[in-house]
Amino acid sequence: MSDRILVDAKNTFCPGPLMELISNMKMADVGAELELLSTDEGSAADIPEWVNKVGHEIIESFKEDDVLHIIVKKVK
Amino acid sequence: MHILVVGGGMGGTILANNLARRLSGELEQGSSKITMLSATDKHMYQPGLLYVAVGKMSTTELYRDQKSLLEPSIDFHVDPVEKFDMDNNSVTTKSGKKISYDILCIATGSRGNAAGIPGLAENACQFYTEADALAMYKKLQKFEGGKVVVATGVPHKCPMSPLEITFFLVDYFKKRGIWDKVDLHYTYPIGRVHSLEPVANWAAPEFDKLGITYETLFNMKEVVPGKVISEEDSSAEFDLLVTVPPHKGQQVIEDNELGAGGFIPTDKKKLNMEGRENVFVLGDTTNLPISKAGSTAHFEAEALGENIAALVQQGEPVREYDGKVFCFIEAGDGKATYAMFDYNNPPNPQAPTSGLHWFKTAYNRMYWASARGII
Repeated sequence: MSDRILVDAKNTFCPGPLMELISNMKMADVGAELELLSTDEGSAADIPEWVNKVGHEIIESFKEDDVLHIIVKKVK
Repeated sequence: MHILVVGGGMGGTILANNLARRLSGELEQGSSKITMLSATDKHMYQPGLLYVAVGKMSTTELYRDQKSLLEPSIDFHVDPVEKFDMDNNSVTTKSGKKISYDILCIATGSRGNAAGIPGLAENACQFYTEADALAMYKKLQKFEGGKVVVATGVPHKCPMSPLEITFFLVDYFKKRGIWDKVDLHYTYPIGRVHSLEPVANWAAPEFDKLGITYETLFNMKEVVPGKVISEEDSSAEFDLLVTVPPHKGQQVIEDNELGAGGFIPTDKKKLNMEGRENVFVLGDTTNLPISKAGSTAHFEAEALGENIAALVQQGEPVREYDGKVFCFIEAGDGKATYAMFDYNNPPNPQAPTSGLHWFKTAYNRMYWASARGII
């Protein structure tokens, strides 16, 4: 999907993938889809935890070439 | 070859000085020229604001004349850019001058955006401008005890500041003899007390030892008098709210639609603006997923100085920015530590020591030599 917002947080430690996702979610419009790329093993757990807690939606999650792709929809 | 540096903060200043030294021959011959455009004739040591907010530094220590920090060969003007015309390699300044360039370097920085969260600016103390830091200190001086909440917005400048201001508040309240009358509560946007896991693993037990309570996954949604409410449907009541506000890029970047939130899409290694080979971006102005910190701007400026000089002299860049960041962490009680990392190597901070605190204290003075490019 070409209109997905790509958040490339591979190989970054600070502020890290979740904080990058939160920053980009705040700037995105409701309904936007964001694709987060992360090499942080913790992202598999902490990204869904935050997304579900706030009430956004995980569209898809998969690992490719050691990079975790998490696609999130901003729903509110 | 005309190199135009827009912005006279830490990144722009170190880069311009670095280039002026590397290209001294070309500048002397007149085959190259470096121009800097800034919004002000003063240069502020922004990390000093943290100290001003708790009475550890005076505002007079924060400033130097910008021109005094620059190599004499740099053509410096207080005339901020209002319009970028990158298709024609030119900018238009506030005074109406149209300036053409061969290479453009944008280092306009970021700014606190408390207004982005309803009620935050009206109800919280912050320390990202001189006026705000002074106002916070005055408010602290009148505070006699109660519930203090530290709340952090995203993204923010200086990733260590939420921890540092928390530890400094403990020192401040202890010094005033009212620590036993304070309940200090720390909140943080992600699921641990700091973005860097080793730093979080060190800080959380320190909080426990000091009796500081904390709540993670707390992103401010709204502040009303006496209460901060999170997007995660939690809340914290306060008598005093101290915030590290969310930040955004400068208005001129937003007005020229150079990047969402005022942050310019930037190649993480080459540091050129995406789609523009002759436009480079550094410091807080980039959209890179790394710390918005003075050291980031410093190391980016050094990489860019080497590369832009090589472009002028050889036609090709010679190195890539490796993502290097070095952040001191003031830990309170006269101690400090640091975190150093890059794109490939995670940080491994050591236990705080008084020696590192004094080194940081010395760096607060040595900064001016760093801006000049001497250290």
